[in-house]
Amino acid sequence: MAAPIDVRRRLIATVSVFGALTALCCLLAPIVGSTPISLSRVFSRTIPFADNVDAQVFFVARLPRVIAAALVGSGLAVAGVVFQALLRNPLASPDTLGVSAGATLGAMIAITFHVDVTLMGITSVPLASFVGSAGALGIVYLLAAARRRGTSSTVLLLAGVALSAFLGALLRLIQLVADFTDTLRNVRWMMGSLDVASYAPIVAALAPMAFAFVVAGALPRVLDLISLGAEAAESRGVDVRRAERIALLSASLSTGAAVSLGGPIPFVGIVVPHIVRLLVGADHRLVLPASALFGASFVIVCDLVARTALGPVELPVGTVTAIIGGPFFLWLLFRRLA
Amino acid sequence: MNPVLHAGDVAFAYDRRGRSVVDGVTLAVPRGTIAGLLGPNGSGKTTLLRLLSGVVTPARGTVTIDGVPIATLSRREMARRVAIVPQETHSTFDFSVLEIVLMGRYPHLGAFELEGKDDVAIARAAMSATGTAAFEARRFATLSGGEKQRVVIASALAQSSEILLLDEPTASLDLGFQFEIATLLARLNRERGVTMVVSTHDLNLAATLCTELVLLKAGRVLAYGPTERVLNADSIRTLYGVEADVVKHPRAGHLTVVPIGRAD
Repeated sequence: MAAPIDVRRRLIATVSVFGALTALCCLLAPIVGSTPISLSRVFSRTIPFADNVDAQVFFVARLPRVIAAALVGSGLAVAGVVFQALLRNPLASPDTLGVSAGATLGAMIAITFHVDVTLMGITSVPLASFVGSAGALGIVYLLAAARRRGTSSTVLLLAGVALSAFLGALLRLIQLVADFTDTLRNVRWMMGSLDVASYAPIVAALAPMAFAFVVAGALPRVLDLISLGAEAAESRGVDVRRAERIALLSASLSTGAAVSLGGPIPFVGIVVPHIVRLLVGADHRLVLPASALFGASFVIVCDLVARTALGPVELPVGTVTAIIGGPFFLWLLFRRLA
Repeated sequence: MNPVLHAGDVAFAYDRRGRSVVDGVTLAVPRGTIAGLLGPNGSGKTTLLRLLSGVVTPARGTVTIDGVPIATLSRREMARRVAIVPQETHSTFDFSVLEIVLMGRYPHLGAFELEGKDDVAIARAAMSATGTAAFEARRFATLSGGEKQRVVIASALAQSSEILLLDEPTASLDLGFQFEIATLLARLNRERGVTMVVSTHDLNLAATLCTELVLLKAGRVLAYGPTERVLNADSIRTLYGVEADVVKHPRAGHLTVVPIGRAD
């Protein structure tokens, strides 16, 4: 990438380019699918909505799905960026600290034990999954708050890995007691699905995600400095402890919201920030907004592939992101080692 | 002379019940001096620098800058007064040299404020002062140890603070780079009037560079004063258990230390 000259100009260019890409994905994705629809019929004013199949497919089946994909993609990508800087580890992801595993555990419990609670239109599975992620966040947060100054971020990383493994064990325990139908539902949930079929879950996920994004919006410079080391950041004027907690909260909230909406869709949080860094450089003031936008585009396109590749059979979107993300991740790893 | 940086009986222990790493240190660094911090491994040099920079809070005693206790300053206010150059800096991501230097402007900018022309000008001036302007577009990770250290010093200069704390700035550098950094620091002190506190194991570097020395042993000040008076065979024996000749070198024009062997 060329020498950075004017951050303002680069920021405008970055947001325009990635914004245009996202807008394009949002507009084109709902048109494509196993049932062909025509845009003129979708927006036709002469056909009543009840008789307009094209409009129904567009507005009821596909648009919410595309919006959900965009939200999930942004949420996971932003969380990935924040976790990578915070843990000073470019291979960290939204799953690293166990938030994802917590969300999965919550969902499994709701499915297996047929928890039937609805809160403000949110059904029990996404609700339990969000609660699960909040529980995992709580544990990580306590660890972060308890760790003494000078302790390396490696401690936090190890704690996250241990927590993930522990939650994974609980997950398998629950699978063991689940009956056949519930096991199938559990497995399907874990593969990730954006087939939300209504706007309610999107609206529900929007609040925590919007909060997380606003908070993350204040963080880019802090993340730049923290990625150089806690002490370096401190000496440049960052209140590292406070910044770490805020960043953890923001990244975990957006992970929790994304996972409860679409399931644990893998690799988005790691592939997207890396592609973005290759394109715009390391500055988080560019990486953060670009990742949010590119994450949205990436998941929209992956979901489009999931819907259409073997149509009419649908692939789970998590499989598509993993098929693309897994080899990419390995390539990244070898590139770093080389 | 009025001290710009003052520590009054500061003590600190990493473990609440453990040994004090810094144990009642009092020192006053006059404006415009380069003070050297000498002492064996574990004598508390790095911790003392951390205390002076406010990264850690003393269990006892106070540190003041221009008479203001640093406990009353926010991290941001503190960073405008004191900059730190750590022993080594690793960049997790692929930042360019200019990007690293510009991060020094952080304490002068608001949370959502981007750097303006003035900030870039200050960063560029810091880079030309450290001889790093030529590779401003290069990736920080691709630089040699000496180049990296100069970039980090430039980043600290961009902070526009009048005090610079350096933790073994030449520890991992070869002889050529050691000289380069020493010359650079002397020039920055002379031209920009930056007050410096430098911790080091390199006695000859301390003799060349520092006008004053603080000798630290087991967290206490063994001696503090002008280099000529403090650096001698006795103090080196007490500090390191090493017999050494300390003589004014006719060609170098300053004290030189020649270690002879372990004192028994």
